[in-house]
Amino acid sequence: MKLFLSEGNPHCLKALAAVEVTGAKCDVQYVSHEDKVVPFLSRPSLPALLLPSGQHLFSPNAICRYMFEVSGQDSSALCNQWLEWEATNLQPALLQALHVAVVQGKGSEVPKIIEGPLNYLDQNLSKGKTTYLTGESVSAADIVLWAALFPLLSDSTVPTGEHKTVALWFKHVNGMNACQSSAQKLLQGKGLQGTKSYMQKQPAPLSSHSRDMQPSTSSPVEGDDGERLVSEEEMEAAALSYSKGLSTSQDTERKHPILPQEGKRNILLTSALPYVNNVPHLGNIIGCVLSADVFSRYGRLRGWNLLYVCGTDEYGTATENKAREEGLTPQQICDKYHAVHSNIYKWFQIDFDFFGRTTTSKQTEIAQDIFWRLHKHDFLVEDTVEQLRCENCQRFLADRFVEGTCPFCNYPEARGDQCDKCGRLINAVELEEPQCKVCRQTPVIQTSKHLFLNLPKLETQLEQWLDKSTSTGDWTANAKQITRSWLRDGLKPRCITRDLQWGTPVPHPDFKEKVFYVWFDAPIGYLSITANYTDQWEKWWKNPQQVELYNFMAKDNVPFHSVVFPCSLLGAQDNYTLVNHLVATEYLNYEDTKFSKSRGVGVFGDMAKDTGIPSDVWRFYLLYVRPEGQDSAFSWADMAMKNNSELLNNLGNFINRAGMFVTKFFEGCVSVMDLQPEDKKLLALVGWELQQYIQLMDKVKLRDALKHILNISRHGNQYIQVNEPWKKIKGGDNERQRAGTVTGVSVNISCLLSVMLLPYMPTVSQTIRDQLNAPPSCISTMLQGSGTFVCALSAGHRIGTVSPLFQKLEAEHIETLKKKFGGQQEDEPPKIQPKSTAPSTASPQPAVVPAPATEAIVPGGVNPEKAKLLTQAVAEQGEKVRTLKAQKAEKAVVTAEVAKLLDLKKQLAAAEGKSPEPAPQKKKK
Amino acid sequence: MALRELSSLEKYLGLKKPNKYTTQGDRKVPVLQNNNGPPLVGLVTVACHLVKESKRPELLGDGAEGRAVVQQWLEYRVTKLDGSSKEETRAILKELNSYLEDKVYFAGHQITLADIFMYHGTHSLMVDLSVQEREQFVNVTRWFDHVQHVRGLRHHLTPVAVLRNRIYTSRHH
Repeated sequence: MKLFLSEGNPHCLKALAAVEVTGAKCDVQYVSHEDKVVPFLSRPSLPALLLPSGQHLFSPNAICRYMFEVSGQDSSALCNQWLEWEATNLQPALLQALHVAVVQGKGSEVPKIIEGPLNYLDQNLSKGKTTYLTGESVSAADIVLWAALFPLLSDSTVPTGEHKTVALWFKHVNGMNACQSSAQKLLQGKGLQGTKSYMQKQPAPLSSHSRDMQPSTSSPVEGDDGERLVSEEEMEAAALSYSKGLSTSQDTERKHPILPQEGKRNILLTSALPYVNNVPHLGNIIGCVLSADVFSRYGRLRGWNLLYVCGTDEYGTATENKAREEGLTPQQICDKYHAVHSNIYKWFQIDFDFFGRTTTSKQTEIAQDIFWRLHKHDFLVEDTVEQLRCENCQRFLADRFVEGTCPFCNYPEARGDQCDKCGRLINAVELEEPQCKVCRQTPVIQTSKHLFLNLPKLETQLEQWLDKSTSTGDWTANAKQITRSWLRDGLKPRCITRDLQWGTPVPHPDFKEKVFYVWFDAPIGYLSITANYTDQWEKWWKNPQQVELYNFMAKDNVPFHSVVFPCSLLGAQDNYTLVNHLVATEYLNYEDTKFSKSRGVGVFGDMAKDTGIPSDVWRFYLLYVRPEGQDSAFSWADMAMKNNSELLNNLGNFINRAGMFVTKFFEGCVSVMDLQPEDKKLLALVGWELQQYIQLMDKVKLRDALKHILNISRHGNQYIQVNEPWKKIKGGDNERQRAGTVTGVSVNISCLLSVMLLPYMPTVSQTIRDQLNAPPSCISTMLQGSGTFVCALSAGHRIGTVSPLFQKLEAEHIETLKKKFGGQQEDEPPKIQPKSTAPSTASPQPAVVPAPATEAIVPGGVNPEKAKLLTQAVAEQGEKVRTLKAQKAEKAVVTAEVAKLLDLKKQLAAAEGKSPEPAPQKKKK
Repeated sequence: MALRELSSLEKYLGLKKPNKYTTQGDRKVPVLQNNNGPPLVGLVTVACHLVKESKRPELLGDGAEGRAVVQQWLEYRVTKLDGSSKEETRAILKELNSYLEDKVYFAGHQITLADIFMYHGTHSLMVDLSVQEREQFVNVTRWFDHVQHVRGLRHHLTPVAVLRNRIYTSRHH
């Protein structure tokens, strides 16, 4: 047992006195205040007691209690009560008193700080009528309180007020030899001044008053950034730009068709074309259309000349399949689902300039033109492919139209591209006993001639372009990495034709009755959709000098946009606009699983509106968890939490309070604002957050930028809380003036917030401006350049009617939704793999396995009794194997024992009702 | 808050008759009127008393060392954790994450009052953390998830969703 102390630290006095009073056997080592003895604490903390087990005690009261207990004096309930009181009530006051007396040299202020606790102590001592706190003998409580009070009560220069019983008790304890000697050792007999070296190194204590002011919500911003310091210059600069007010620039209305303009930043923006026969789920929505929508709304606010196009990808096998299932023609299927998509995106307020589709004559025209150009420049090669053909149906069978026996695992219902049982990829012609899925006849193998895009021939050209594009544009890290890995593996010719009907026909006479493969065809959709929007589409698509192209997608789509499609365009040699900025998201999971239509897991676009949660809140949450840089997960509980904590309590609360104060206290008119340093500091902080927001948005870091909006309302809430306009309004003229300034600045921050929110929550943003009756020009003014926070609502401005912006999401509602959409089963026992605690003693400890918290449903064959025995056996056998390995036993011996172990594990798994195979590893992405 | 926590503890301990509490001072320190002596004041004091009443001494720790460790965390909860500011919260989570790195429970090898107290104390923090942050404080999250699933402990507190598979593996700490 070893006690670490530092001289001058009053907490250490407790521990040392406890050692001396109890006579406990303990080494004592003096270290400096900054020495970090307890490894897990983030700040140095003394005293620290190293226990025989290797654990540390860092609480002085716990150390004292322990010293008394090991010397045979268990602490009573009353003793513990005093220890708790000392830690929670006395210490905060004492810390402040010592700070005031020792660091600031204002001893006269001490009595009012510690009056309360000393009175309490005095009353209790006189009520108890005992010599010591808990009776007639010294307890840990006496030592702890004595040591805590020693610096103040032993110093006659500092007044502490009149507390007779306390004085008497203190005299008793102080008179003990142990106390005298430990005080001498630790504070060199200097009392109060002996703590100076220690107190000077402590952070200034917060008064309990200011402590309560701290907002309780934790910041979502990652990293350990504390409060930002603001310099005088920053404050003055912020105040100056604030005073400039709105510029007169008018918002330019969008006029279709939008075309590139000389001297403007011309941005062409696409989001990956959603496949028509799937209802998009939340992951699809955040991955492409919603992300692109936020960026395009932002871009328009920045004054960029921007065109956002998207549409449904409609050709391919899956559509043919679906048509057959529903007894419709492929075109009817496309019409039906195109409308479904369209409605979903409308509900999510995706503001496309044009939402088209790929089954148009423009698509045929442009795709065939690119094809002929590739053909002309000799980038197409011919090859034959073996394919299954159903003579009965008179057609070649796409992979999904064949079923048969898996050549690897003999699973009888393997599909033409993959076996669902063993998961291996299959070449359709390798299937044993293949069957046409439609008519159940056996197909025959036939060779079919196909055209391939000669990617290897384009590789050098592609790499040159990629080097330039990735180094000058904003490509997300995953996009760069996926592209690099494709190039590293080397490119191979890629088949661009298929034996299908539902597709863009191949115009070459040798390949009639074939259509283009969807990967070749689909990205051309971006061009044809633009062509359906405007006849002058080539001003966007054949104009790389003037146009910057942004592609938004989920990461699985990257290779087609960074390698394959650029090769088509490069080979076609017609000055096409190639992607400058490739923005790819990671995956969004649902609770802790994947979205799955077939299992009914997850929220799909069409269901979101039935939840009763507003579209803006959905947008907010999806963007808050946008899988930016890493996979993330949608969680109902988290969504409710973020709605209630961030939208309702933070953002909504601030905007509503600011508006209500103006309405209630100033008849709806913004007052004259007489800016004080405190206000200027706030303006600087808000301005800084705005600039961060713009920097991040410019780089398409949508999730990170959102956090800065929330930071601003957090600053705002704190500002209102500290300045208490609701109190000042009742005061004199000066105070009323102050209340006016504070509410005026606050509603102006609301106005800024509405602008910053616009890309994320367009409806809420508009509602805020309506409530504030804000001039439309505020929208464009503040997001120009690097961002300036100006006073948009000047003195005398009359605001509109203020009402709450958000509603609480109740837990029951969320629970219902969670059940409805098949989220995780929360009754599942936790699967925690506890790391074994490393005991310092050599004796083997039983492995710690947390008991399942709830009873699992017991499936057949499960035998808990047997499982228990087997668990024991597995543990023993495992130990045996480890020992053998450690002793470097013969290989054959080890192998035999390992085999036994594996067998035991298998039996155990069976007894526990688990599948004996290890769970498949999650695929590395 | 504290009173709700105590009544939740009573239920966990299986105490039949719920006690009546009052509070003292601005900070609403719980007080339990005691038939056999002076009133008990303070959350830790009352909680320890309840544990003794229910004849579950193991919840206060095993041996002198275990008891000291439990008391230390009870104190940590009421002095450091309660009322901590935003910045302090992160330091605390870091600290706890480091402490729990090689531990299943706060003290010893079974659940103690320290776990129950820390669970109640960290609940609001955990709720506020994003999925990413929960993963950043992986040891705290693991411990928390374990404790919230202990039968009869959660009561009025909302369950906090914890993902079992790490999704931010690329994160550098």
